[in-house]
Amino acid sequence: MKICVLVKEVPDAAVEKRIDPSTGRMDRSGEKNLNPYDTHAIEAAMQIREGGAVQVDEIVALTMGPESAMRALHKAVSLGADRSIHLTDPALAGSDVAATGYALSKALASEQPDLVLLGQQSDDGECYTIGAVVADHLQMPSLTQVIKMDVEDGALRCERQAEYGYDTVQVRLPAVISVGDAINEPRYPSLKAIMGARKKPLEQVAAGDVGIDPGLVGADGSRVQCGDFHDPPAKAPGQVIEDEDTSETVDKIVAWLEERKLI
Amino acid sequence: MADVLTYVLHFQGAFNKNSLGAVSEGAARAQEIGGQCHAVVVGGEDLSDELCSSLGAYGATRVFRAAGLEGLAQPVIDVMAKVIDDHGHSYALFGGGLLGFEIGAGLAARKQAGVTMEVTQVRAENGKLVAERPILQDSKVSVSRYRGDLGIIIGRINAFETVTRDGGSAEVVDVDVDYSPWSNQATMVARGEQRGADVDIEGADILVAGGRGLGKPEGFELVEQLAAAFGGNTAVAATRAVVDAGWYPYAAQIGQTGKTVSPKLYLAAGISGAIQHKVGMQSSENIIAINKDANAPIFEFSDLGVVGDLNKILPRLADAIKAKKGG
Ligand SMILES: Cc1cc2nc3c(=O)[nH]c(=O)nc-3n(C[C@H](O)[C@H](O)[C@H](O)COP(=O)(O)OP(=O)(O)OC[C@H]3O[C@@H](n4cnc5c(N)ncnc54)[C@H](O)[C@@H]3O)c2cc1C
Ligand SMILES: Cc1cc2nc3c(=O)[nH]c(=O)nc-3n(C[C@H](O)[C@H](O)[C@H](O)COP(=O)(O)OP(=O)(O)OC[C@H]3O[C@@H](n4cnc5c(N)ncnc54)[C@H](O)[C@@H]3O)c2cc1C
Repeated sequence: MKICVLVKEVPDAAVEKRIDPSTGRMDRSGEKNLNPYDTHAIEAAMQIREGGAVQVDEIVALTMGPESAMRALHKAVSLGADRSIHLTDPALAGSDVAATGYALSKALASEQPDLVLLGQQSDDGECYTIGAVVADHLQMPSLTQVIKMDVEDGALRCERQAEYGYDTVQVRLPAVISVGDAINEPRYPSLKAIMGARKKPLEQVAAGDVGIDPGLVGADGSRVQCGDFHDPPAKAPGQVIEDEDTSETVDKIVAWLEERKLI
Repeated sequence: MADVLTYVLHFQGAFNKNSLGAVSEGAARAQEIGGQCHAVVVGGEDLSDELCSSLGAYGATRVFRAAGLEGLAQPVIDVMAKVIDDHGHSYALFGGGLLGFEIGAGLAARKQAGVTMEVTQVRAENGKLVAERPILQDSKVSVSRYRGDLGIIIGRINAFETVTRDGGSAEVVDVDVDYSPWSNQATMVARGEQRGADVDIEGADILVAGGRGLGKPEGFELVEQLAAAFGGNTAVAATRAVVDAGWYPYAAQIGQTGKTVSPKLYLAAGISGAIQHKVGMQSSENIIAINKDANAPIFEFSDLGVVGDLNKILPRLADAIKAKKGG
């Protein structure tokens, strides 16, 4: 079985995320990191490999993004992927969800994976939907927010929480699965793995190499335009207490509750 | 033609409240752009003529009914794609939840359409629909405009109000669909399983809620003790993170795939305040948050924020409240 894992580079959690008013896109100038949700997808691939229910021949990490996105791939291979693919092309910049999912599906199609794994959401765009787009282009079944996944004879038994409680769904491979963050506890890469990461094969491909129609990607090929960024209606800030002396803190909370007749 | 197509989810013979909201919203906006609102339902025998035509009360003029698997996105994508091909709707609209995200995005791929998710407001502008979406932890709002023949709008949970009108009854049309081979690759083994005890929290005046910051399942003892100190009509609530981890029952979960509540007091301990949690409790009358991270998003929408360790604060707060009540 061959598993492809989709990974994305996002602004580091410590960086304040903002839209660059001149481009209307995410300001990506600060420190960046592998999207934390994607480490769960890599870990899920590793656990399938180590679980032994099926032989995993290869785990391939794929990202689409500018030059710097290569670092997300380094991190992905340090976490266990065998090799990685960097889809990068100026023509792809500014792609919306539909265009990004289409481009990723083209790069995936040339790999012919049995299973595509991805994170439940990116930490910046938070669109939750790339998996569903990729799956429809690849003509594969798909589920998002999966928190338990077992391989049993050519199929996955997946569990996830939906509108009415937990659903268990049997999915025949090939399939696209976005994993929820409760699925596992990702491992930390060993120093050796970090050092070795740069030696694992990393292939760069451009849009034309995987047959992407330039008319369907980039800002011009995108069918939704996000703009007019503005502030939401202002809300009066709440009161904040820093807990230094806990008896004092507790007195303040109790007084606050009494004032509002809540006790 | 500027018609709006919505998907209406159902479970055990009842329609989903957020889907009904989407129908009402679709009807109101369609009218503004000179169109009608239609609905798609997919399922089995329980989708009776009577049930389906009742969507007319929410503003749908026509309901497309297809026999198919319930609770999975891909069969619905096949149905909606066919209905749109045959009829030429300009927009597809979904209420919040989970399935709407998967169907809307899959439909965007199939029909080369633009999609916006987490939408809190839709409005008409020059005969077209424009969608507003809060972004970056609700610190900004982005406005989506669509190109092409179809625009896809996926609402945030509770964003669209249900509005009923008297005497509305929708025409029910059966559609025959050849499902895609990949739609048949997934089958539902069990749907809507309620994990953990069946606790009732919806009528509570005070909710004391716990999240991953409790550290371990036993952390809920602190939350339960505080709830007991408040006494009266107080219950304990939880986040998806702790429910998925098996620390607390699903019936107590607040948020996008849990319950929506608006008690007099919501006290959140060890909860970061993710959007999917916020949408289920933001209309509480008073919100207190206890979190050790001063930058936790929950402080952006709490009335009283306490930056500190819940392990220190919760037991003493419980004692102090008990003492107050006893005295
Ligand atoms: C604040 C903001 C709001 C936006 N709103 C919209 C909108 O309403 N509609 C719209 O069409 N676009 C929107 N975009 C653009 C959208 O975020 C990008 O198209 C992005 O490339 C894909 O969305 P995501 O990362 O949010 O996807 P998600 O669906 O949240 O990502 C899920 C998973 O997909 C994988 N993945 C995502 N992107 C890549 C990638 N480039 N390479 C490899 N794997 C990847 C990762 O595994 C990730 O965990 C928005 C962008 C921003 C910054
Ligand atoms: C489609 C979808 C649907 C979802 N539906 C829901 C839903 O219905 N309900 C829901 O809740 N979530 C839902 N989520 C998940 C949501 O995005 C968050 O992951 C979740 O709410 C986080 O739970 P949490 O706050 O308990 O955990 P975390 O985000 O991990 O936060 C834990 C917090 O505890 C604090 N903390 C740690 N230790 C201490 C201490 N000793 N004292 C004080 N504070 C401490 C930390 O600073 C942190 O802020 C959904 C997500 C998706 C994508």
